[in-house]
Amino acid sequence: MDKKLEPIVKALQSKFGATFEEFRDEVHLFVKPEQIVDALTLLRDEHNFELLSALTTVDYHPQSTPRFHVIYQLTSLAKNLSVQLRVPVNGDSPKVPTVTRVYAMANWRERELIDMFGIEVEGHPDPRRILMPEGTEGHPLRKDFPLGYEEPQFTFNFDEIDLRKPYAKE
Amino acid sequence: MSQIEEVSLEQFKHLVSERALTGETMLLNMGPQHPSTHGVLRLLLELDGEIVVNCIPDIGFLHTGIEKNMEAKTYQKAEVMTDRLDYMNTMGNNLAYVMAVEKLIDVDVPPRAQALRVILVELQRIASHLVWLGTSGLDLAAMSMFLYCFREREQILDIFELVSGQRMMTTYIRPGGVWRDVPVEFEKAVRDFIKIFPKRIDEYETLLTKNPLFIDRMVDIGYLTKETALSYGVTGPSLRASGVDWDLRKARPYMGYEQYDFNVPTRTEGDTYARYLVRVQELRESLKIVEQALNKLPMGPVRSDNRKFVPPPRSEIGVSMESLIHHFKLWTEGFPAPKASVYSAVESPRGELGVFLEGDGGPKPLRVHMRTPSFDNLGVLSQIVKGYLVADLVAILASIDIVLGDIDR
Repeated sequence: MDKKLEPIVKALQSKFGATFEEFRDEVHLFVKPEQIVDALTLLRDEHNFELLSALTTVDYHPQSTPRFHVIYQLTSLAKNLSVQLRVPVNGDSPKVPTVTRVYAMANWRERELIDMFGIEVEGHPDPRRILMPEGTEGHPLRKDFPLGYEEPQFTFNFDEIDLRKPYAKE
Repeated sequence: MSQIEEVSLEQFKHLVSERALTGETMLLNMGPQHPSTHGVLRLLLELDGEIVVNCIPDIGFLHTGIEKNMEAKTYQKAEVMTDRLDYMNTMGNNLAYVMAVEKLIDVDVPPRAQALRVILVELQRIASHLVWLGTSGLDLAAMSMFLYCFREREQILDIFELVSGQRMMTTYIRPGGVWRDVPVEFEKAVRDFIKIFPKRIDEYETLLTKNPLFIDRMVDIGYLTKETALSYGVTGPSLRASGVDWDLRKARPYMGYEQYDFNVPTRTEGDTYARYLVRVQELRESLKIVEQALNKLPMGPVRSDNRKFVPPPRSEIGVSMESLIHHFKLWTEGFPAPKASVYSAVESPRGELGVFLEGDGGPKPLRVHMRTPSFDNLGVLSQIVKGYLVADLVAILASIDIVLGDIDR
């Protein structure tokens, strides 16, 4: 671990009881969903993490407690450091508070979570789907969402498959 | 999709001003088939006369599920999907993804492959900036810019065709090195480009930089402050035009960028014209890097000899049983990667292109997330166009340099 990161990790450990993991010099800190807004505010205001680089989720289906890890990748321009916060979320009613007020960038990325993973973001100012059209069923990046394919049509079964295609149902 | 969904103003109530509800201001669709939106982007504009009151971008028209598709492929095969992300920066996308894979499996890259990567990625940056320069000139009715820029871009695409066999979807940079060594004509092709290009940049600048019509359209619009830019996660030339000196090539050098002598152009104004000046200056800096890298291009292998992760060269397969087995195993089963995650970022022409990669111990990634710079750069658009004319919106949108393939993924 980078020497400059040690006080930051210590501060988060003492204040939020965060556990940490390390892999290839990257530091991952685990905090609870209700602590994330405070943790990010602390990192931004007191440790110069000006930039929220990435906000995404990993789905560990079929494991359900926790099923998701919401990931906040932070960058400090002044100190040239990176740190990753991970928030484990359960599968039955996945929910995280919004961090839009800390980093405005989270607005669209949290809409992506709502759209792609079906994670509820509490207090989000604009909780619409962002990439998929309104009225889509399911959340495509969940592991239990099938990848999907198109049936190949040959001469002998062209009409049969054509009838099953969505545009034929007018 | 036979039904047409009706959208009511109720859904956008929280995004528009109260005057829109009474009908005092007008709501207007710009796009998704508008030539100035640089792809299929729809902007819902709330207009007071010709002044933009609110701008609501609507994205997702090019969504092809790249992240989902990558989860279903082995690490090597998933790389072809990255070409389709930001189609103006294919080499850069390859590099970003490949660097994440290399970090996950811990494979070293030989120096020659590193230098080749730098040359190609910088050429790609020039090509990408040329498309931006040409199209944003076109948006402001500088038609000839488009033709001149695409002339030089064609030369770069010819170099890519020379090394990879493909003009755009290259997949040339592979985990552990590059696909194969460059042909002998490569050096001459790049030298020819280095020779003519500085004069061509001077030509572009003669046409635009001091042109009063161009300055009238560009100066004093689309102000982006440092604080807003950082909060919205804006990176790349748009951030540097707002006075933040942040370039991942300097701050966290990868692929041996620390050996090359180049400057990071910054401006403090933060308007559309500053973003233009930064990018034009970057053309010159990238060319400097290409020249230095070509001058000290070392000899040697272009692929790591770690056979557990990197396929052996073709010539060995006929004579070595182990090589044949490795070749077969790597292309059918793939290699296992540890059950851990990495985040690796490179400086793409548009900003920080980050790849979050998590393995599950098997040959396929558990999760690939592309932190694409255009997505976050577009997020700030609604903030910086308020109060300007619709004609200015076109210039501002062009100046943040979005690529819709990069946004929608």
